[in-house]
Amino acid sequence: MYGFLKMLRSRKIAIAGVAFLGILVILAIFAPLIAPLDPQGIDPVNRLLPPGKGHIFGTDNFGRDIWSRIVFGSRTSIVSSLGVVIFSVTLGIAIGLIAGYFKALNALFMRIIDVMMAFPSLLLALVLMTIFGRGLVNVILAVGITYLTRTTRIVYGMTLKLKEEVYIEAFKAAGASNMRLLIRHIFPNLTSPVIVQATFTFAFSLLDMASLDFLGLGLPPDIPSWGNMLSEGSIYLARAPWMLLIPGFFIVLTVLSFNLVGDVLRDQMDPRFRHDIKGV
Amino acid sequence: MRLFLPLYMAEGKAFDGAQAMLKFILRRIVGILPSLFLVSILVFSFVHLIPGDPIQILLGDMATKAQVDAVRQEMGLDKPIWIQYGKWIGGVVTGNMGNSIFFGQPVLSVIGDRAETSILLALLTLVLILAIGIPVGYLSATHYGTRLDQTISGVSMGFASIPTFWLGLSLMTFFAVTLKLFPSSGFPSILKTGNWANIRYLILPAITLSAPNSALIIRLTRASMLDVFKEDYVRTARAKGLRESSVNILHVFRNSMNSLVSALGFTFAGLVSGTVVTETVFSLPGIGKLVVDSVLRRDYPVIQGIILCIALLYMAINLLVDIAYGWLDPRIRYN
Repeated sequence: MYGFLKMLRSRKIAIAGVAFLGILVILAIFAPLIAPLDPQGIDPVNRLLPPGKGHIFGTDNFGRDIWSRIVFGSRTSIVSSLGVVIFSVTLGIAIGLIAGYFKALNALFMRIIDVMMAFPSLLLALVLMTIFGRGLVNVILAVGITYLTRTTRIVYGMTLKLKEEVYIEAFKAAGASNMRLLIRHIFPNLTSPVIVQATFTFAFSLLDMASLDFLGLGLPPDIPSWGNMLSEGSIYLARAPWMLLIPGFFIVLTVLSFNLVGDVLRDQMDPRFRHDIKGV
Repeated sequence: MRLFLPLYMAEGKAFDGAQAMLKFILRRIVGILPSLFLVSILVFSFVHLIPGDPIQILLGDMATKAQVDAVRQEMGLDKPIWIQYGKWIGGVVTGNMGNSIFFGQPVLSVIGDRAETSILLALLTLVLILAIGIPVGYLSATHYGTRLDQTISGVSMGFASIPTFWLGLSLMTFFAVTLKLFPSSGFPSILKTGNWANIRYLILPAITLSAPNSALIIRLTRASMLDVFKEDYVRTARAKGLRESSVNILHVFRNSMNSLVSALGFTFAGLVSGTVVTETVFSLPGIGKLVVDSVLRRDYPVIQGIILCIALLYMAINLLVDIAYGWLDPRIRYN
């Protein structure tokens, strides 16, 4: 943790990322207190108003306040991305550890991973969404499965390497059970790469979910999400560009912040990047 | 040029080496077959899990139950699922993927009609990605830690954070609608019209698609070059008085190409995902848009066909990557 803070100080722009994510979390938690208007409040008289007095980010095609929808949309975005991260990380660790540790499962596992990796992530999510139907939990599952393969692959690879280490052999010789070896001795060594992967999963799943929303195969249109706002905004592109620009900026800033933080985490956890490499 | 010859040719053991290589390729192709079989089962069951009746969608709401049943029987969709699978996979092996429910044409010809747009778009994007990604990544690595490096890292990370369709729509509004520099949507076939000027329809989509992907290549070039900088042979090269540019290009960049090549598989997957969105934004008649449309129409045979083709292509690319590995790094032997 100390190392992370130190690293953060040397990269001013990453501090901005952390700050933005902090603001986002506050927006999401206190959404009903912060949003000035009902995100679903339809007001046909004041539709497609440009940003200005009364509506700082303007209104959409139903006269709904865009700022209020952004605030409530941050809830949806954080909850759904967090869902993807929790799903892919917990299952990924479990499957990766087991498949990497027990030799009998290696071949079968590699085959399945090979097959899953042969589907481009968005395509897989697209097909899964058509099976599941639109909905928050369904989006989390569909996108989560595509990230599951990546996390599993990382954990699997690390486990294969770690189980050959001398200290694992030593514990095994001392009579430690498989379960104990996996949980007490292999798992703790996996946490850093998994945390880094989780940060990037957070960022990229947000983009994938926005794409699904845009294609009309993500969240149901009545849930205020940034992706849905963009999808509606694309129709009114010429008349009300702010409907597209504002949620877009929020997505870009959020994803960028996560990427910045993920970068600092990775550099800090990977000792190769701690010092200047050039000329070593 | 000798630098680029794989060991099995350079050492004069061309026959042994080439044979080992051939064996390796054959072994890999045989290894792919079970994966493909699994993919085909997965694809087939995925697609049949999709709720919604394709016949009802095809015939519309006015169709009577008798009509729907008749068409269902005609298309063989009333048979048990494993018989449908057997029939389908038997056809696939002989190059017949069945007929599209929506178009009534063979799936392969439906896909073939759309292939031109997607292939041209992918090639154009690939050229852009490599033309931007490699030189910028090189610059970033050779200026490691400087302000230039930080700026490049920041900007490329920004590009990787932009939703593809948002960038596409913004570019479309600015360059096509406001400035009228490029057409905003569609793509008249070049093969059919013979008019190469139509390529301008693909310029905005290619820029859209290359933004996040070239960011990836920039980062990758930089990271893999930084890895090589630490190697002993780089120090040796410097110590013997080689010019900095020679060290960078001949020793560092050349040896970092391995990681770049291995990323091609990922880039391909990224391109395919990106094309689905980009083609929808720019209304391009390509395979990506065909997927989305077919999903909405429940056109099973077309979805199956496309996914199978993409999986096959992906595996073929990975095989090529493995072969290229040995080409680039003579230490890797195939036996």
